[in-house]
Amino acid sequence: MLQITNLHASVADKPILKGLNLTINAGEIHAIMGPNGAGKSTLGYTLGGRPGYEVTDGSATFDGQDLLALDPHERAAAGLFLGFQYPVEIPGVSNLQFLREALNSQRKFHDLPPLSGAEFIKLAREKAALLKMDMEMLKRPVNVGFSGGEKKRAEMVQMGILNPKLAILDETDSGLDIDALRICGEGINSIMRKPDKAVLLITHYQRLLDYVKPDFVHVLAAGRIIRTGGPELALELEEGGYEGVAA
Amino acid sequence: MTALPTRKAEDWRYADLAALEKLWPLPDAEAVTVAPGDNFARAIINKGGVLRLSLTLEAGARGAVHVLNTADTYARIEIEVTLKEGADFTLGGVQLASGEQTAEIVTTVRHIEPNATSRQMIRSVAGGTSTASVLGKVYVAKGADGTDGSQSVRAMLLDRTAQANARPELEIYADDVKCAHGCAIGELDANGLFYLAARGIEPARAKALMLQAFIAEAFDGAGEEDNLTAAAQAALEALL
Repeated sequence: MLQITNLHASVADKPILKGLNLTINAGEIHAIMGPNGAGKSTLGYTLGGRPGYEVTDGSATFDGQDLLALDPHERAAAGLFLGFQYPVEIPGVSNLQFLREALNSQRKFHDLPPLSGAEFIKLAREKAALLKMDMEMLKRPVNVGFSGGEKKRAEMVQMGILNPKLAILDETDSGLDIDALRICGEGINSIMRKPDKAVLLITHYQRLLDYVKPDFVHVLAAGRIIRTGGPELALELEEGGYEGVAA
Repeated sequence: MTALPTRKAEDWRYADLAALEKLWPLPDAEAVTVAPGDNFARAIINKGGVLRLSLTLEAGARGAVHVLNTADTYARIEIEVTLKEGADFTLGGVQLASGEQTAEIVTTVRHIEPNATSRQMIRSVAGGTSTASVLGKVYVAKGADGTDGSQSVRAMLLDRTAQANARPELEIYADDVKCAHGCAIGELDANGLFYLAARGIEPARAKALMLQAFIAEAFDGAGEEDNLTAAAQAALEALL
């Protein structure tokens, strides 16, 4: 589904990713762990197409098409969902209006008719319930006044509604209390653990992986993947730290 | 005023004088007096030219004016308000300019008796090489104690070549007065735009959504809020 080959990327002319290789197949859940500054968030933003994240070498294909040639909104329409470490507040635009616009513009991209208001509300209600989020919150402006945990749950509601093929979730577990962590973990499983979908979890900690069991764990350091293993690698990291693994 | 103003005149400093010359001499302002305790509401959509309104609010009268200012070349709205005891004035304004257009809203609010309130909120959007200006004067006469006046002026620049001016002016001769003013000029939040794009919303649509949100509060509570909002949205989409 996602094939990253020798990816090099710079931010403000500073090389961050230095030859990253990663293949993710449908049905798989991958976790990328690594110390601060390893390039984890840069990987997410580069794949999402954030302005300022410049690819200097290598390639990334998504379902066979050149991901890097697409604009950010086209990547989303192609089925890529980027979960933000710091979801952005957008005053004055309600979650429901935002999500309906987003879903219908993705549908338009695939020549599908827009969902009616009633169909959309039904879908939103269902996904909000999955994440135990009050519909009233979705009437409020996007992320404005939401706590850290509410923002992350709102992201998962967005993911449920937009129904992507591949979700890249950047530190979805940061800022979550124990209950919210479990709710988000279960949300990720129920939305994304399907044979035709895949997930790339970017995280610092093992704790999210207790809920969302990865098939593969990668260690990212200095812009490259330096080790790959199964779920046991995350436990080893928890025990010995990144220094132990990198050594 | 009989002679065409020059750029030295403060109130015409940012005007498009070439366009103004074709409109000169300007007609007198429309004068409206609102009787004591009465209500007055007006929604104005200016699609070009100079529009002038002079409003006198007698004791306890309430006036609400909402304006949308857009232009092919030059659009100016001048509003003069005189408030008597306990009167209340609300102005909500939006102006949208692109290309080489010039749009401006010029207000003079005079609190001449005690305990009157005025609130002015203006949101401008300027793209291309356009200019959007707000010149707002609040005058509080001697003895007009208990005055509460506020001005909130914000502008969003879509291009580095566009220009926004905000000039609040306070002239206060009374002691017990509350007069607040704030102005801010900025650009659309790049993080917000990327966030919308990352969810699949096209760039032009993402900008329109954020701008709609930016201008919306100026029309909050307007009698013709829906009409004004629809007209502003259409103008916004044409502008992007």
